[in-house]
Amino acid sequence: MSWTWFHKLASPPHAYRILGSLAPWFGWASLALILLATWWGLVKAPADYQQGDGFRILYVHAPSAWMSMFTYVVMAVAAGVGLIWRIKLAHAAAAACAPIGASFTFLALATGSIWGKPMWGTWWVWDARLTSELLLLFLYLGYMALRASFDDPQRADRASAVLALVGVINVPIIHYSVNWWSTLHQPASVTKFDKPSIDLAMLIPLFLMIAGFQLYFGWAVSRRLRGEILRRERNANWLKEAA
Amino acid sequence: MTAVRTPTLAAAKLVFQRDMTLAWRRWDEVAQPLIFYVVVTTMFPLATTPDLSALRVIGGGVVWVAALLASLLALEALFRADVEDGTTEQWVLSGQPLGYLLLAKVAAHWVLTGLPLVIMSPIVGTGLGLPTSVWGVLMSSLLLGTGTLSILGGIGAALTVGVRRGSVLLSLLVLPLAMPLLIFGSRAVSMQMDGDSPAGPLQLLAAIFFMALSLGPIAMSAAIRISVEN
Amino acid sequence: MVVDGALFEAREINAWRGDRHILRDVSFSVRPGEFLKVTGPNGVGKTTLLRVICGLLPAEGGELLWRGKSIRGRRDEFNFELGHLGHLNSLKGDLTARENLKFLAGLRTTLTAQTIDATLDRVGILSRGDLPARSLSAGQKRRLALARLLLADAALWILDEPVTNLDTAGIRLVEELIVDHLEHGGLAIAAAHQRLLDDAPCLRRLELEP
Repeated sequence: MSWTWFHKLASPPHAYRILGSLAPWFGWASLALILLATWWGLVKAPADYQQGDGFRILYVHAPSAWMSMFTYVVMAVAAGVGLIWRIKLAHAAAAACAPIGASFTFLALATGSIWGKPMWGTWWVWDARLTSELLLLFLYLGYMALRASFDDPQRADRASAVLALVGVINVPIIHYSVNWWSTLHQPASVTKFDKPSIDLAMLIPLFLMIAGFQLYFGWAVSRRLRGEILRRERNANWLKEAA
Repeated sequence: MTAVRTPTLAAAKLVFQRDMTLAWRRWDEVAQPLIFYVVVTTMFPLATTPDLSALRVIGGGVVWVAALLASLLALEALFRADVEDGTTEQWVLSGQPLGYLLLAKVAAHWVLTGLPLVIMSPIVGTGLGLPTSVWGVLMSSLLLGTGTLSILGGIGAALTVGVRRGSVLLSLLVLPLAMPLLIFGSRAVSMQMDGDSPAGPLQLLAAIFFMALSLGPIAMSAAIRISVEN
Repeated sequence: MVVDGALFEAREINAWRGDRHILRDVSFSVRPGEFLKVTGPNGVGKTTLLRVICGLLPAEGGELLWRGKSIRGRRDEFNFELGHLGHLNSLKGDLTARENLKFLAGLRTTLTAQTIDATLDRVGILSRGDLPARSLSAGQKRRLALARLLLADAALWILDEPVTNLDTAGIRLVEELIVDHLEHGGLAIAAAHQRLLDDAPCLRRLELEP
């Protein structure tokens, strides 16, 4: 079996070029989708019968919550690939994912909190979803702190990869335990997403926004990964030749 | 001289024995987490109210939080001395499966710090207004919980052993991962107090423990191998 | 292709330390009864090479062969035939000399009190057997580490500056131990600044260049 295509793809100069040509596509497509979804969500979609216009923050909150989980899984998969097959590019990708995932998590927490103010009258409630997001933020922060505390980038890569893998096994357990905890404590509370049916007109912009966020993720990862490659390969010949 | 290769189980037993011997010669260090545990739980009545019936509501949770913090505190130095003096290097090169040796070390550590916390917990709990009827659940939940935490903390300690400001970092890494333990453990105690059966959360704690037991050694040995790369 | 009669072989080993490409295509082979002395100025990568052989540092590219077969995927088997004496003595100050051997060398081979005593005698610190390692002198600690190496009963010795802290009698002891090991069909690879078996027929040199 030939793995040459794979190794070629994973070679830094090649990856650097490909990412450079991909990034603008991701960037413009995500901008277009996010603008479209924003217009659709804010103007075209009907107001909620219970929450009025306040629910519209859902169009930022739900996609960022989804992306925060998605990014963690991508990060852990990249870290695992890097650890097992010793591919530096995969470690670099994991490193590039972490701040993006942490930002998504933070955005989900912030929008959830802003949403909570009109709904519950306080900035923070120990709702299952928000609590899970908070714990996920802790996981991201721990990952980044561990990575930052090594001087040797290769040790940083491998140590943080072990942590990401332990973390990704734990994420479902944390999620489940928080849900369980929350239902025990607030059996009658209003949960945000359990409405019997959500109008299709409300759903379309949501999906558009999720797609836009995914593309944004692609753009952000491409750019950060290029930065990582430059930083890691600063002494390599191909870069000196290119400069 | 023809040497007989040591069986893995005997090797793990040697590691366990060694740590017990070392602890016996440094018993004052072993007692510290236990003292910390009692001191932390004393802070809660002082900070809130001396009323036992009010304390009872948070009692289970307080015992759990204090136990987690105390055993984490002790875990920080778990591998430090062994990495610094080159012992772990020899473990890596011993030809024995590293994960088992590390698990034996964690087991010794648990016997020295986790188990005393478990045994002490009814006394501490009584101070927080917990009735004798919850002793069994409190101890069994802590038994499973501190066991899992020792393994999680062992992974964290192995990752942070050669790192600046390791102790704060260790807490930052391990505490979020330990949240499910806290949730299930303290809920088991309060369910028992409310007259519900705590079997559900206890079984979940046991499941998490066995998962940690089977996967933990793999993660620990990977982490130690990274730490000896110097 | 295996070099004739070689028990251990390194092929085109490359290793990095941070940004520095320290080992570039280092190849050599060692036959039974041979002592390979790795020399070169400070920082040239002697310790790195020894640690790569032990698997304590990852190599990038290159292959290690033991008994004609690549050790990839057979690390534990290889490790069991490998005895390592590093910069660190791997001793616990709170344990006695005997206990140190029991708990560390005992992980590899099953030891009896007699074998431990015989080995302590061989390295000349039998009378210190029940003292805590902390109270031993630097040279005695090194001797204790040598005792651990002997008890490992390994075919391939990897020695990093084995004569550090040793007096002339100690250096002679190390030379005797190595020669004895080689006469029993063993191999040894060492990094050393000092004279060590420099005129012996079993010696081969590997000069690392910066």
